[in-house]
Amino acid sequence: MTIATSKAEAGRDIGTEKDKWLRAYRQMVSIRLFEEQVNEVYTRALMPGLAHLYSGEEAVAVGICEALRVDDYITSTHRGHGHCLAKGASPDRMFAELLGKEAGYCRGKGGSMHIADPATGNLGANAIVGGSVGIATGAAFAAKTLGTDRVAACFFGEGALGQGSLYEVMNLAQLWKLPVIYVCENNQYNEYTHFQETTAGTILGRATAFGIEAARVDGQDVRSVNEVATRLISRARTGGGPAFLQCDTYRYSGHHVGDINREYYRSKQEEHLWKTDRDPILVLTKWLIDQSYADASALDRITSEVRTIMESAVKFAIAAPYPNVEEVEKHVYA
Amino acid sequence: MPERELTFAQAVREALAEEMRRDSRVCIIGEDVAEAGTPFKVLSGLVEEFGAKRVVDTPISEAGFTGVAVGAAMTGLRPVVDIMFGDFITLTMDQMVNQAAKAHYMSGGHWKVPMVMRTTLGATRRSAAQHSQSLHAWFSHVPGLKVVLPSTPYDAKGLLKAAIRDENPVVFFEDKMMYKLKGPVPEDDYTIPLGVADVKRAGDDITLVATSSMVQVALGAAILLEKEGISAEVVDPRTTWPLDEKTLIESAKKTSRVIVLDEGYGRYGVTAELAAVIAEGAFYDLDAPVKRMGAMHVPIPFSPPLEDATVPTEQTVFDAARSMCKPA
Ligand SMILES: Cc1ncc(C[n+]2csc(CCOP(=O)(O)OP(=O)(O)O)c2C)c(N)n1
Ligand SMILES: [Mg+2]
Repeated sequence: MTIATSKAEAGRDIGTEKDKWLRAYRQMVSIRLFEEQVNEVYTRALMPGLAHLYSGEEAVAVGICEALRVDDYITSTHRGHGHCLAKGASPDRMFAELLGKEAGYCRGKGGSMHIADPATGNLGANAIVGGSVGIATGAAFAAKTLGTDRVAACFFGEGALGQGSLYEVMNLAQLWKLPVIYVCENNQYNEYTHFQETTAGTILGRATAFGIEAARVDGQDVRSVNEVATRLISRARTGGGPAFLQCDTYRYSGHHVGDINREYYRSKQEEHLWKTDRDPILVLTKWLIDQSYADASALDRITSEVRTIMESAVKFAIAAPYPNVEEVEKHVYA
Repeated sequence: MPERELTFAQAVREALAEEMRRDSRVCIIGEDVAEAGTPFKVLSGLVEEFGAKRVVDTPISEAGFTGVAVGAAMTGLRPVVDIMFGDFITLTMDQMVNQAAKAHYMSGGHWKVPMVMRTTLGATRRSAAQHSQSLHAWFSHVPGLKVVLPSTPYDAKGLLKAAIRDENPVVFFEDKMMYKLKGPVPEDDYTIPLGVADVKRAGDDITLVATSSMVQVALGAAILLEKEGISAEVVDPRTTWPLDEKTLIESAKKTSRVIVLDEGYGRYGVTAELAAVIAEGAFYDLDAPVKRMGAMHVPIPFSPPLEDATVPTEQTVFDAARSMCKPA
């Protein structure tokens, strides 16, 4: 089950402008509705562990991944469902992973924070903040060394700007002109603390200090994200070196599903503003309608198709069996 | 009057609050330690009492703020660093192992590093491979560091106060599954010296040496064993370093059979060390080889049935103890 015509099948250049943005719409709705189901399943106590929802940040993952090829790499974070879906993962196997089932992407061994999928270039979500900056940079190093023209996109939250290893690898990437894009998803908060309380100076200044090409975009506008990403990715692919992309965005829910009383660190009014004025799906909806690419009923149809897919993905996952206990000792070594 | 009960988390918080009231040099440094009171809510209320100058929120920079704590400890403060998940100690390793642990020795005794690192251990919280490890063996390996593993609210308060008053870097591991465990905790100012084991239950037939999360498991197994007519003694070393070798060896000599339980990996780990200490000290009094039980040698899997298989349980400890005492 795939949620959209995969980019590999479609090919990069086929498809009109209209098709491209309708596909982006579908992808963003997929992420939103996937996370709605996660919230539901979690609240019904069917999902073990923690769930960090991506709702509100859809335009970042989709804007970037729509500019990548299926054989390009990504690394993801604890808030990774959106990245995995946008890169082409299928919701049924993702849900199975979230519930620890054998049919999951990692045979249930990884869970929500560790989804990995070689078929879509997903090197893995990572539960260590900043934990994948080396991996993404390493994938770019291998691409350059092996002479493939693959690019690696490294997703991380602005909280990862606190990790020193990020600065070590950015220095290496620029020295060696590696095809890696550092995608900083600034959703304003590191857990329960506003990023301005943890971040001195500017975000882009960190990249420009190394001479890395840096840009800042409205992360709620998938077209802006995609436009800048397309330029930076093709620059990286053709030997132009790394880039750093700051995407300003917002997470709609708590840091994780259990983070319900949030008023000690952010106001309901702030949440409301982002959800109404800057919602990435509403922003694209308006544009699609203004362009006469779709009307409301066509978009509703997409939404209800996606909803059906998500509901059956959940059903599939709930019915799927757990791995055999013997599986526990498998895969420690290759 | 019945004894006052506190949860493990409340006991930790009370120890910190009392030490901060007693000594203005004690401060807390870590991620979301202030208003949020950490994700486990262990520190709730402290910033309200002591202010943001002494309960300091940091960026997500474990190596950086641990290094700051080392330097601050050398120059007049007594920092208590908070590392949210024990898995993240890997990020602090150079600061702890090459700096904190060695500053006193390398300087010929000039500098001291009176700091505490509080962190967590323990699996079965469905947190997967990067949030479930018990890595206390890593620090136990290094001369210059002390390592504390409280197993009850009472011990948590007394040991943490002793750790804060210690002149050395001390790493304090809290079992995150135990935060809600309740137990008697006196309101007084008491400390428990580092390096003194505690016999949590007396017995004659077998000794279960257990640390941290495994103490409750051992006590549960002891109750099952009693029903089979086997009397188990449960000994909690409470600190892996300094180590109360004498109490372990005496118990082993008394019962002649020993199982060592620890939630870390057995390979080159805490159980290996404790078993070796016992084997060396009580060899001629033992009726069976010392048995070790710990986490299975795998990264901790997410899937519940797999994760549950990775740690010793009351039942598996009971089975192992019974077959040692009553060979089939
Ligand atoms: C090295 C490390 N330190 C701390 C944590 C605990 N933690 C998990 S998510 C998080 C906040 C991350 O903020 P950010 O990078 O902005 O990502 P967001 O959650 O906002 O998507 C923290 C502190 C961790 N997982 N890894
Ligand atoms: Mg953030």
